[in-house]
Amino acid sequence: MTAQAETETPAPEIGQARLRKEDERLITGQTNWTDNIRLPGMLHVAFLRSPYAHARITSVDVSAARSEPGVIAAYSGADFAAEQGSLPCAWPVTPDIVIPAHPPMATEEVRYVGEAVACVVARDRYAAADALNAIEVDYEPLPPVLDIRTALQEDSPKVHEAGNKSFEWPFASGDLEAAFGGAPVVLERYYRQQRLIPAAMEPRSVVCSCVGGEFTLWSATQIPHVLRVMLALVTGIPEQNIRVIAPDVGGGFGSKLQVTAEEVLALLIARKLGRPVKWTETRSEGNMTVHHGRDQWQRIRIAADRDGRIRGLDVDLLADMGAYLMLVTPGVPLLGAFMFPAIYKMDAYSFKCTGVFTTKMPTDAYRGAGRPEATFGIERIMDELATELDLDPLELRERNWIKHEEFPYTTIAGLTYDSGNYEAATAKAKELFDYDGLRKEQELRRASNDPVQLGIGISTFTEMCGLAPSRVLGSLAYGAGGWEQASIRMLPTGKVEVVTGSSAHGQGHETAWSQIVADQLGVPFEDIRVLHGDTQVSPKGMDTYGSRSLAVGGMALVSACDKVVEKAKVIAAAMIEASADDLEWSPGQFSVRGDPDKKVTIAEIALAAFAAHNLPDGVEPTIDADATYDPDNFSFPHGTHLCATEVDTETGFVKIRSYVCVDDIGTVVNPLIVEGQVHGGLAQGIAQALYEEAVYDDDGNLVTSTLADYLVPSASDLPSYVTGRTESRAANRLGVKGVGEAGTIASTPAVVNAIVDALRPFGIGDVTMPCTPERVWRAIQTAQGGDQASAAEQHAARQSDQTQGNSPQGIDGGAA
Amino acid sequence: MAEITVSVDGVKYADHVEPRMLLVHYLREIVGKTGTPIGCDTSNCGACTVLLNGESVKSCAVLAVQADGTDITTIEGMASDAGLHPLQEAFHAEHALQCGYCTPGMIIAASDLLKENPHPSDEQIREGLEGNLCRCTGYENIVRAVRRAAAAGVNA
Repeated sequence: MTAQAETETPAPEIGQARLRKEDERLITGQTNWTDNIRLPGMLHVAFLRSPYAHARITSVDVSAARSEPGVIAAYSGADFAAEQGSLPCAWPVTPDIVIPAHPPMATEEVRYVGEAVACVVARDRYAAADALNAIEVDYEPLPPVLDIRTALQEDSPKVHEAGNKSFEWPFASGDLEAAFGGAPVVLERYYRQQRLIPAAMEPRSVVCSCVGGEFTLWSATQIPHVLRVMLALVTGIPEQNIRVIAPDVGGGFGSKLQVTAEEVLALLIARKLGRPVKWTETRSEGNMTVHHGRDQWQRIRIAADRDGRIRGLDVDLLADMGAYLMLVTPGVPLLGAFMFPAIYKMDAYSFKCTGVFTTKMPTDAYRGAGRPEATFGIERIMDELATELDLDPLELRERNWIKHEEFPYTTIAGLTYDSGNYEAATAKAKELFDYDGLRKEQELRRASNDPVQLGIGISTFTEMCGLAPSRVLGSLAYGAGGWEQASIRMLPTGKVEVVTGSSAHGQGHETAWSQIVADQLGVPFEDIRVLHGDTQVSPKGMDTYGSRSLAVGGMALVSACDKVVEKAKVIAAAMIEASADDLEWSPGQFSVRGDPDKKVTIAEIALAAFAAHNLPDGVEPTIDADATYDPDNFSFPHGTHLCATEVDTETGFVKIRSYVCVDDIGTVVNPLIVEGQVHGGLAQGIAQALYEEAVYDDDGNLVTSTLADYLVPSASDLPSYVTGRTESRAANRLGVKGVGEAGTIASTPAVVNAIVDALRPFGIGDVTMPCTPERVWRAIQTAQGGDQASAAEQHAARQSDQTQGNSPQGIDGGAA
Repeated sequence: MAEITVSVDGVKYADHVEPRMLLVHYLREIVGKTGTPIGCDTSNCGACTVLLNGESVKSCAVLAVQADGTDITTIEGMASDAGLHPLQEAFHAEHALQCGYCTPGMIIAASDLLKENPHPSDEQIREGLEGNLCRCTGYENIVRAVRRAAAAGVNA
């Protein structure tokens, strides 16, 4: 740790690679995960879950379970029917959207494997799990609905009585007909965004106590504040009687941005029994019942001139909602609606998304939420267009992107990008990557028919983040605002408590927020403590998701600090007997303009306010302040990612040889944390490209229900990353944009573009994700028109000789 | 119920446990060592890794009765009076953790790796830790942290 506090003019905290305050408890095992909580008399809940993707429940008998050893209670959906309400969807994207009732515990029909149908409450988790075997449920199986491409056909079985279509959301800007009519080049492509499982390392867990009608609910959640409101709305329990605590939370990636059946039921069970209860999922329960991510079919058309200038873009999406609409399920693909045009200028744009029900786990936000899907679509088809026009893919992008001098720029999708410099990020990335050198090597390998071909993948991305502004969210029919709250509490000893409505679960807010406040108030980094994640401590907030915490929550801190300084000024003037107008603020102290020896520090003012002995008339004895910040625009991080893959054309095995990313996320508060966020984001995006897919079989059973089947990559499956940065300030006072999702959004198309680029000599124009060795190899065989059967045998023999690391074998989700 | 005697982080415990009880549940719920978390049911993620007689094991894949008579070190026993373990220091210094859920298992597994190979290459670090999953860091800084601890001579 450095000791700037003692130097005369401390270097700004913002920009320093401060080591994290959070780490001490995390590296020593002194953590407070929800599953660690033990309350006196606490009982354990286990859920019985549907083995059918779709079935009518004809009877549930829990009576035998009630007499099992250690069992206190057993319930079916009927026991909660009067009080459980319906799990909320806060984003009804169109006026005529179909939002089916979603009871936390099913009562009449189950619509995905894993849906809860009964539960046992017992003395310990083993007894609870045992007694599930004594519950009898009779089902009348109904046909599953598993493919969104056929679910809208008239003869398809129905997930809900109202049918399989939830909504259709159109958007159009510019004259599409003119853009496509007579265009010299029109390409049409279909891309698959496979279904993903977020797989935060900490499984979900919830503990609830009910004492005298007052509830305390601990949950492994990203959204304690939103959850509190929603629990009150769903159950009718008065909001003031619910306290929600998010203790240490082990990762989220969107999966803990949810109001879950288990949270609602824990509340109701605690109320029924008057005793605290705990439920912690197993990983296989989690894979089945934590909301999934992505799952789209994309049809994309692009029209261009011969010189590569884009005339128009036409996007038609089918998005799998799963069985129900959860918190923001229908809104996720719409976050992509505005991002398909990305960094490019064009004359016309049309977007349509149809939300379709299936008998699978509902989808919802997963790292990037809508923007990775959009970025993948546009960046993939840009490479196809470059191939069609025989242009270098970077050259094609440069001909179309918004030039740095054109900012602020309003895109065809109606967003106003405040800042950016795509030229600078790309130039730096090319240099770090040795773009020209790798292109030469690629030529040589192609010329020599090297069995290992080299591919270069490009992704020049931008994203909208910092979710807010409230007015815009309102215009998109989102059910809440997007502001963020902060409070500064100046303690009598000169120390500072910072209360934030953001709710970190790995992002390091305790550290970064301390840096921001240290600069604003001129107090040492070490003297600041950040409080969050408990609605009793931090009563207002919109929580953490969508890369919003810094751009919105960080700015709320700045606003609150402004107010502290304003209030302190009045007291300072009285303390040093000067006119407030003559005072000058330099972080940490007021001094009299022209008489710098006459000064008073913020700590002295805090103490004076606490004592309140000599305050001017009418001045309240505190300099604490709250602020709620609501920006007037999103923020738009961008960057250029370059990936080189070596593709073994004999085995289909893909190796990432180098990965370079240059991100422009505006002002960097803590470069250490930023780099970590980028690394982790890249890993998740690469994992989508190469490894991960949630697979259901023909009966609607989740095949990838464990981490042995769902292939979260390990250290040996991933490359080392080269990261760089360029900086164009965002329009907010801190100049910050957000970094939580950038790596994930950019990397998936960079990797797939690299794989396809390696395979161009075979005439291959796409490989469906995840690009497993089997899929890559099959793509090559198909392109060569070889004898697939005998080749497949040879391939299998080769595979058994070669360890394929953590890549899936023999799993095909039916997505050819 | 079976009677077992184990030493956990230097303290001796004698308990009666169900024969089917997993070691990780014994550590967390009977001994109170909640620093060791559970990440999966299939011994894939490694979050629950502890040292059993000095060897790293996934404590969800060991029964408590199998640990009878053994000496167990969890993340809570890694630091000493002299301060944090060099791997704990290195994970902090290299920002090798974000949410921190995998960290206990990752540090324990890394200590076993460095015992067997005090100066591993980056590739050997990646292979040595492939039984431990992290969803936050992308592993880059974990590799750096293990390299840093190796350079500091963890086993010197």
